[in-house]
Amino acid sequence: MTALLQTIDLQKAFGAVIAASDISVAVEHGQKLGLIGNNGAGKTTFINIVTGHLKPDAGRVMLDGKDITGLAPRQVRRNGVSRSFQIPQLFTSLTLNQNLLLALAVLRGEGISSWRPARSDAGMVELDDLLDRFRLRAYREHTVAVLPGGVRKLVDVAMAVTQQPKLLLLDEPTSGVAAEEKFPLMDVIMHAIERTETTVLFVEHDMDIVSRYADRVLAFYAGRIIADGKPGAVLSNEEVQRYVTGGAA
Amino acid sequence: MTGVVGTLAAAAIAYAALALAGYAAPNWLVPVATLAFSKGLVALGIVALMRGGLVSFGQGTFYCAGAYAAGMAMRSFGISDATLLVALGAIAGLILGLIIGPLLAGYRGIFFATLTLALSMIVYGILNKTYSLGGSDGLNLHAPSFFGYHPAGSESAGYALFLFTGLVTVIAAALCRVHFDSVRGLLSHAARDNEIRVEYLGASVRWVNGINFVIAAVLGGVGGALSALSLGHIDPDFAFWTTSGEFVFLAILSGYVSVTAVFIAAILVELVRSFSSQYFPNTWQGALGIFLLLIILFLPGGLGSLSLRLRPIRAKPSRAESENLK
Repeated sequence: MTALLQTIDLQKAFGAVIAASDISVAVEHGQKLGLIGNNGAGKTTFINIVTGHLKPDAGRVMLDGKDITGLAPRQVRRNGVSRSFQIPQLFTSLTLNQNLLLALAVLRGEGISSWRPARSDAGMVELDDLLDRFRLRAYREHTVAVLPGGVRKLVDVAMAVTQQPKLLLLDEPTSGVAAEEKFPLMDVIMHAIERTETTVLFVEHDMDIVSRYADRVLAFYAGRIIADGKPGAVLSNEEVQRYVTGGAA
Repeated sequence: MTGVVGTLAAAAIAYAALALAGYAAPNWLVPVATLAFSKGLVALGIVALMRGGLVSFGQGTFYCAGAYAAGMAMRSFGISDATLLVALGAIAGLILGLIIGPLLAGYRGIFFATLTLALSMIVYGILNKTYSLGGSDGLNLHAPSFFGYHPAGSESAGYALFLFTGLVTVIAAALCRVHFDSVRGLLSHAARDNEIRVEYLGASVRWVNGINFVIAAVLGGVGGALSALSLGHIDPDFAFWTTSGEFVFLAILSGYVSVTAVFIAAILVELVRSFSSQYFPNTWQGALGIFLLLIILFLPGGLGSLSLRLRPIRAKPSRAESENLK
């Protein structure tokens, strides 16, 4: 069976800094993959290359056997890849309802319509379902600019999930969220996508979160993958403990 | 009644009210309102761009193109029907918009504003030296006809042109309202906030801005043709940067929330200009400046934002709602 995502010898350098060096990974359908590594290890670069935000200096990105290397973000999205961001990327002057309605409308191909209203009956049904899954109903009429950080993180993920992706990439979904809110936040996210077949890659610094929600872990260091496997095995790896977790496992 | 049907019904009622108001209004007010609506259409185009985060300082290019297209059609081909002349103005704006739009769609902020300004000044320079188009003196136009009807007397002609301009204005305003409330309209607003997310939703910001630019160009052409018919004269000043600046002034004054506010702002400005010219000659620019300062200080979202202030919007979540996630 073809891997959903396959990267082949990805290379990326910013001047003298090597951000990706021979990154070759195959991700199977339905996997929950945790990406760990210290700052500058190359995790976000990897996500940026897969989602078209960055073009690799060399190497290829294959999605379901199709070469998507170097495509623009909107083309990558149309191939079934969505993402959330470390700093939520939302439409801050619009309400939460408008943010999600717009995302749903564009998915239905109404992005080209100058006639159909953004607020349609079909959209409202989908919106209600989404608000329930992400427990966002209480905030629906609020302008995004005034929402708390944790809620914005959820909205950012919800925006990505509206696109019904085959592959969902979450860049530090719990960063900037209070320690006691991290697990509830991840519970909400994982619960919201559990009825889909979505394959998830998430970047995370909290090893407890990684252990609980990932079924496979990739450890990055200096643009290389230094360990790949089950969470227990990777977190007990000597190199990972030395360069990534500092012996936290 | 909501949505497209509601908007069109409101437009029909607004037009009926406008026709009655024009009939009852004093004679001096009718041409002022006609010119205000013509200029308001150009400003409406800037509002469409502003919703996507762009401000054009060169709408005079399309205003001028529409005016000269109508003027040349009248003088060279003897066309005097207002509908045809305005259609030609719209086509001139459309063609220019389709040529220039894709070139500028990748620019933002001051670069976009400056490039549009530069283009308008190139057009101004060319027109000044093109003697077949009247050079710096421009061209005079006679009164138009309306579907074969030639109004007798200046008063009837003025009212007929007012009714025609009002009809074009109401149709354009209703279509813009429908567009602003559509998926693409909301996408424009979203692009103003966050281009990255728009791209990651699978939409093209360049395409969104390009279409807004073409809409603004067509509205500029229509406004130019109507202004030419209203004034009975066209000259290169239609493309001069102060003319473009006046449209930006109108757009700032109205804000980008309400379509109706654009035309209210246009009438207010024309009235301020008319009265200032009469009572404080050569100082009306100062009066307009003070007017704009007051708007920026006390109503930064423009006249249209008044409608938002009257709505019960819940801007901030309550403490209990913020605790909901825990």
